[in-house]
Amino acid sequence: MMDMDLSALWVTVRLATTAVIVLLIVGTPLAWWLAHTRSPFRPVVEAMVALPIVLPPTVLGFYILITLGPYGPLGRLANVNLAFTFTGLVIASVFYSMPFVIQPLQGSFEAVGKAPLEAAWSLRASKFDAFLTVLSPMALRGYISAVVLGFAHTVGEFGVVLMVGGSIPGQTRVLSTTIFEHVEVLEYGQAHTISAAMLTFSFLVLLAVYVANRRFPIHVS
Amino acid sequence: MNRLIARFDLHYPSFRLNVDLDMPASGITVLFGPSGSGKTTLLRCLAGLERASSGFMQFGDIVWQDETRGLCRPLPDRPIGYVFQEPRLFPHYNVRSNLLYGYNRIRSEERRIAVEQVVEILGIGHLLDRRVHHLSGGEQQRTAIGRALLTSPRLLLMDEPLASLDIQRKQELLPFIRRLHAELAIPVIYVSHAISEILQLADRIVLLKDGIVAGVGGLNDILTSLKFRGNLGSPRVGAVLDARVAGHESQYGLTQLAFKEHTLFVPLQPVAVGQVVRVHILSSDVSLVLGKALAPSSVLNLLDATVTEIREIDQSSVDVLLDIGAPLIASITRKSLVNLGIKPGHRVCAQIKTVAINEELME
Repeated sequence: MMDMDLSALWVTVRLATTAVIVLLIVGTPLAWWLAHTRSPFRPVVEAMVALPIVLPPTVLGFYILITLGPYGPLGRLANVNLAFTFTGLVIASVFYSMPFVIQPLQGSFEAVGKAPLEAAWSLRASKFDAFLTVLSPMALRGYISAVVLGFAHTVGEFGVVLMVGGSIPGQTRVLSTTIFEHVEVLEYGQAHTISAAMLTFSFLVLLAVYVANRRFPIHVS
Repeated sequence: MNRLIARFDLHYPSFRLNVDLDMPASGITVLFGPSGSGKTTLLRCLAGLERASSGFMQFGDIVWQDETRGLCRPLPDRPIGYVFQEPRLFPHYNVRSNLLYGYNRIRSEERRIAVEQVVEILGIGHLLDRRVHHLSGGEQQRTAIGRALLTSPRLLLMDEPLASLDIQRKQELLPFIRRLHAELAIPVIYVSHAISEILQLADRIVLLKDGIVAGVGGLNDILTSLKFRGNLGSPRVGAVLDARVAGHESQYGLTQLAFKEHTLFVPLQPVAVGQVVRVHILSSDVSLVLGKALAPSSVLNLLDATVTEIREIDQSSVDVLLDIGAPLIASITRKSLVNLGIKPGHRVCAQIKTVAINEELME
């Protein structure tokens, strides 16, 4: 593998890790709200969260680019330009991978329900304490799925990255765009190496998750 | 004596709970009523799990909720133990960790109830290292009760904790509930729609109907009241007495009980002399004879009584309320009432055919 490819690998890992961490922090309360709210706005929010599944990545990337750029609302407000930066890429990835984190979390929160939390509150646990010691462990499968799918999906993104990040080496060039660059200049050998590595990585991660789920079932009675 | 004052007005689209209670916070109070009468909702209001827009609750000197001031202490800040209908144990912890979950979250100077004590009362010592999904339903519910007790609550709320169990498990658990109340002196509010549980547990009954309190009173006051009859249907109306075991006549297979100046014979009980047992006397098992209990009779249980009240039930039958030092109730025909000329104030003899005692109440 060339230096360029190694740096792209590093950017990819950093990007996916950061995006997943941000998504878990933002996604947990949002998924909890979606799982338990009776608000009429719930389907609206659910549809918005699910949009990246059906939307062409270029459309999402285009709007994020416009919003983050120097003349976008964010750029004017804070006088920053996040387009073609790593931070911009993280923001884009958060939106792009959101459904893959929210949906498993929401599903597991719904499965756990409020009953165990009420029990924890009746045992003097504060809301945060009950979340950490009761809800999180009982929703562990949801968290595992959320982390794996969120990470893998961010690693696999291409269209949004190209639109928002622009594939700047060392900053916003990730593995998926590197493959594209190699193919553009007919370096099929390098493209093969990275593609095969990504294929193997994705398969192994998913395999590990399924095996772990089967071997260590989390009992929810 | 601590008092519990609770006023809630809670509106749901299809249901309204509107209660105003002021009662001593002691003993076992049973919230009784048919399904949908608001028992669980009232319990959840007491715990702060449901918040009535118009609500007030005071326990002893401490106000837990006063919506006129916008005050409603959340459940973790109330010294309440709550036992739900289902055990709701934490599946990722073993029995010991479930028991200690609340115990570890209160300050050590607040711990009035020791782990060993609870384990002993509930008989769960051999289960401590088990995962909760390996427990039977009764064992799970005992663990849930133990977990609530170990927060040393000032008030224990129990929402039909036996509802999901079969009769055998119920029998196994009821004595535990009686014991924990007797030994730990925690006031209990217990939701039930099972008359058998009331008979065995209740010191006081709050009768709920359609979200409204239809009656509050001591066990016997409510059991012998007309309201109760209306809510239950006639067959199970009766009086409950706490009688002391005076002796055993094993040659006859009988146990002798003493209640005030009266003597009652029941089938031989494996209970030590001096112990108190709770007996239930159905109104349909009581017949009346004029005068004092003098004439020889094959009926062993003959009690001198005074007629206090006569209540019309329907065209053919009446309830006669009697005073034997406690209320007793007899269902007789209207014809007998007229033939014997029974009036309030008369001295009569109550013949009791069957006395049900403790576990027999569980049918």
